[in-house]
Amino acid sequence: MADAAPILKLEHLGVTFPNHPVFSDLNLTIRQGEIWSIIGKNGVGKTTLMRTILHQLRPTHGKITYLPSQSDVTIGYVPQFRNIDADYPLTIKDFVGLNLTGWKLPWLSGKERAKVAKILDQTGLKQLAKRPIGQASGGEKQKAYLAQALVEAPNLLILDESTASLDPVTKTELLDLVAELNRRLRLTVLFVTHDIPMAQKYTQHYLMLTPGGIEQGPIAQLTTEKVWEGENV
Amino acid sequence: MFSYEFMRNAFAAGTIIAIICGIMGVFVIARNMSFLTHTLSEIGFSGAAFGVFAGWAPLNGMLLFTVVSSVIVGQLSARSERREAATSAISALFIGLGILFLSLANKNASYATSILFGSVIGISAGDVRQMLWLSLLVLVVVFVIYRFLKFDSFDHTGARVKGLWTNVLSITFLVLLALSVSVAAQIVGSLLIFILLTLPAATAKYFAHTVGGMMVLAIALALIGVWSGLVLSYVTNFPVSFFIAAIEAIFYFIALGWQRLQTAE
Repeated sequence: MADAAPILKLEHLGVTFPNHPVFSDLNLTIRQGEIWSIIGKNGVGKTTLMRTILHQLRPTHGKITYLPSQSDVTIGYVPQFRNIDADYPLTIKDFVGLNLTGWKLPWLSGKERAKVAKILDQTGLKQLAKRPIGQASGGEKQKAYLAQALVEAPNLLILDESTASLDPVTKTELLDLVAELNRRLRLTVLFVTHDIPMAQKYTQHYLMLTPGGIEQGPIAQLTTEKVWEGENV
Repeated sequence: MFSYEFMRNAFAAGTIIAIICGIMGVFVIARNMSFLTHTLSEIGFSGAAFGVFAGWAPLNGMLLFTVVSSVIVGQLSARSERREAATSAISALFIGLGILFLSLANKNASYATSILFGSVIGISAGDVRQMLWLSLLVLVVVFVIYRFLKFDSFDHTGARVKGLWTNVLSITFLVLLALSVSVAAQIVGSLLIFILLTLPAATAKYFAHTVGGMMVLAIALALIGVWSGLVLSYVTNFPVSFFIAAIEAIFYFIALGWQRLQTAE
């Protein structure tokens, strides 16, 4: 894995909100096919970092390089919260297809419908394609959010605390699925989480943001003592 | 009934209105904008009154007021915690302005009633043509931005993280809504326009399985309400807006009952 090509390079990256530095001097190289845990307690800037990677925030210092070029790195993002009305007449299949935007005809083309069918199959949602998303269980909804993020076949997936509200069994099912997609599609994954045991089970590297600094390394080096030392989750 | 030109015009206008309201209503419901639609209709009343005062056609006054104010209303009510208070304040201000303009124009109460509650006999072939062009404009824009609008309306979080220009979409939608309000107010009146822009789509939500299906059903329900309302109004000589309001409200209550039965099973 160490020989894989880098797809994301963060150099001396810093984001400062008015009178409030969120993080600074962050250096990180992420290679294709790696799974990283992004950990740290609330307010240290995990989501800010993800939004910066997603081009939604401009870094105050440093730079982000997408490799080999910016257009080669496509990102799928599964946020922590979603506000979907329970009564919406939106099937899981339609929900996944929402992400296929562009200046196109209102209805999906045959090629686009095939894309939706493929990702529903890969995420184990094929049998539930016609279920209204409002009537899906928590785990099924999270799978649908994941499928929507993956429908355009991104090569970088960001899970932003998206397993936080799931029970342990469903959480394991979802992360098993992500791990399988990682193996099968060489998908690079950033997993923002407070769940250290899950991070240790499913990821290879960690980046820990703390109020005092930044720490990173192989996940095996992330000990419970290290996490609890500074109350970092 | 169809031997009278005003009834032919009313049916043509009603059909255009039902189609536009069925389509726009789906997005109004998905974006939780029923109350805002009500406010736009009150702004429409004020605009129509201004049109009368200035010697314009009421529709032109409505268009001016609703389009200009839709952007301001949207910005003021962008934050959910102040949405209801801001919308109520704007609503009160514009109803007051409408009354002032009517008073300045020296028009009597029946004129105000016609603007507020609509009129079947007042629609000319020229009005129908103007409504048709405005509706086509709305439909073409919705067609072009459909995928973006659908994503933003049914999954705002997803659209935002995708990097869609959700603010531009929101303003565009409000302008389209303002145009729709002005068009639809010609028959049901400005006070009751939100009926057609909210109830058919709100009813359709409970029966449809897809967004496209919701749109088709909303158009059908709006058409049934408008056509039946026009016939009943012609036969009984009672106001058309009463019949449309009653029919759409009955459909909505039936849908609520059906939904309750489904949940209980």
